Amino acid sequence: MSGGHSTYSPKTGLGRWMDARMPLPRLVHDSFVSYPVPRNLNYAYTFGGILSLMLAAQILTGIVLAMHYANDTSLAFQSVEKIMRDVNSGWLLRYLHSNGASMFFIAVYVHIMRGLYYGSYKAPRELLWILGCIIYLLMMATGFMGYVLPWGQMSFWGATVITGFFTAIPVVGDWIQQLLLGGFSVDNPTLNRFFALHYLLPFMIAGVVVLHVWALHVVGQTNPTGIEVKSKTDVVAFTPYATIKDAFGMIVFGLVFAYFVFYIPNYLGHPDNYIQANSLKTPAHIVPEWYYLPFYAILRAITFNIGPIDSKLGGVLAMFGSIAVLFFVPWLDTSKVRSAAYRPWYKLFFWLFVVNAIFLGWLGSRPAEGTYVALAQMSTLYYFAFFLIIMPVLGLIETPRRLPNSITEAVLEKNKGGAPVHPTGATASPETKG
Amino acid sequence: MSANDTIDPTRRDFLYVATGTAGVVAAAAVAWPFVDQMRPDASTLAASSIEVDVSSLTPGMSLTVKWRGKPVFIRNRTPEEVKAAQEVALDQLKDPVARNANLPSDAQATDADRSAGKDKENWLVMVGVCTHLGCVPLGHQGDFGGWFCPCHGSHYDTAGRIRKGPAPQNMAVPVFSFISDTTIRIG
Repeated sequence: MSGGHSTYSPKTGLGRWMDARMPLPRLVHDSFVSYPVPRNLNYAYTFGGILSLMLAAQILTGIVLAMHYANDTSLAFQSVEKIMRDVNSGWLLRYLHSNGASMFFIAVYVHIMRGLYYGSYKAPRELLWILGCIIYLLMMATGFMGYVLPWGQMSFWGATVITGFFTAIPVVGDWIQQLLLGGFSVDNPTLNRFFALHYLLPFMIAGVVVLHVWALHVVGQTNPTGIEVKSKTDVVAFTPYATIKDAFGMIVFGLVFAYFVFYIPNYLGHPDNYIQANSLKTPAHIVPEWYYLPFYAILRAITFNIGPIDSKLGGVLAMFGSIAVLFFVPWLDTSKVRSAAYRPWYKLFFWLFVVNAIFLGWLGSRPAEGTYVALAQMSTLYYFAFFLIIMPVLGLIETPRRLPNSITEAVLEKNKGGAPVHPTGATASPETKG
Repeated sequence: MSANDTIDPTRRDFLYVATGTAGVVAAAAVAWPFVDQMRPDASTLAASSIEVDVSSLTPGMSLTVKWRGKPVFIRNRTPEEVKAAQEVALDQLKDPVARNANLPSDAQATDADRSAGKDKENWLVMVGVCTHLGCVPLGHQGDFGGWFCPCHGSHYDTAGRIRKGPAPQNMAVPVFSFISDTTIRIG
């Protein structure tokens, strides 16, 4: 799709017949075979492919589970246990689906961090980035509603706490909460609509993924140097180079996934969710799934009133703000240099941001008491300062390292240390060409 | 510029605006049922008011009923418990507001304004949800003989007022009334 130079030429009569009527093979060939990718992509760039695989896996296992699941508060918990005990291979499909959600989020966090590190959001890739943020939001909504379906204690109380956020909205908050729940508390109408939406949203994600890939193929991929592709020597064909690299990434990721599914399938879950939901008894410590923990910590960090905004509304605004701020990253970062490889200070603050985000996640799993609150407040402050202060200011004051003139030059320069570039040794280290 | 470009709106402009407006109204009319169906349905609303027979509750006993999906504590307090609650000075309370839906929102959290009122001071009816993070507290426990929330350690007294711990408010008293000497209607 890039540049509109199609190199596809059908060889068979059927291929030519098809190409003249609906050139789908041409689209696939141009997008996934001859499509040029920078020659220096590293394994951080394989997570887009891994995410596509996870989406497909979640839809596949999800549709099969839906055939055995009973969408009613009196049956839901038992039907999930039935899947685990009675349905043939049911335990495997359910563990694949529940751990698959966690793997999906691990992959998306690596993918987002890759984008932040290499400045993938900068012009002309702002829309590409924003489409990614929309996918992430849809993933969070899907994951949350999916967690409610087994109708365990954490399902019920998690849903109670999360839908309770909306009561913080002035004037219309209670009305909105009742609209979401279909009642005055989490109950059968809530479970029914969450199931319907949990089934719908993955297909909406798939739709936005198509837009995301389309936007990617218009502007082309970034690469670890952050320099745009300038000549044919900067790129290699998607197939076989990127295809093989993505496939290898998927296999390694699949091994990690399989380890969780077969050896520690409940490690990332919560034991209380194996107790049926009881609206008259709360678990001692309500925590969301691990992938929401940093945001849960931000929510609870606001324990003080800010002017007319009370602490409850303030926490909800901070939590939603922590995701909303991602949408503005392309304009918050003022640096002309894309890649952190050439930005020594940004690189430092970036890794601090990663450590801080993981720390926030850990704080989210702790009770909101004592020193945890103060630590969460400091961590929340850095989270927002990274986007709202460090990103804009650093771009103006930081002196970047010298950029290579092209991707080819960067690759050859890197190889100079290990293997000689003179003709006799030109093919000495093909494995480093990535 | 053609001869039709005049400052006054033309007949065609009017038709565009009228058609557009009708389209918007039609779209809203089509959208509304899809939003409306999400609101609490008739059976949920019918269950939003319940009647509870409390004739079996002797002093010192309490009962938990489910109302709007939440627990409601009904407690027939002993004279000693009432007396203990009445003797608490208002300045000792973390939350001095009654949080009683049957009274004005600025009513003070005296024991009388927390209970069912004159001649029914022994009756306490409240939504059994901790005002901290929504857990359900345990009855007849805690430092003040009222309720204790095991989640984060909030202590409530025998009038359901927060006395110690992280909860910000007294437990809420819902709209209720005695429709006979032994029957309470909640909601």
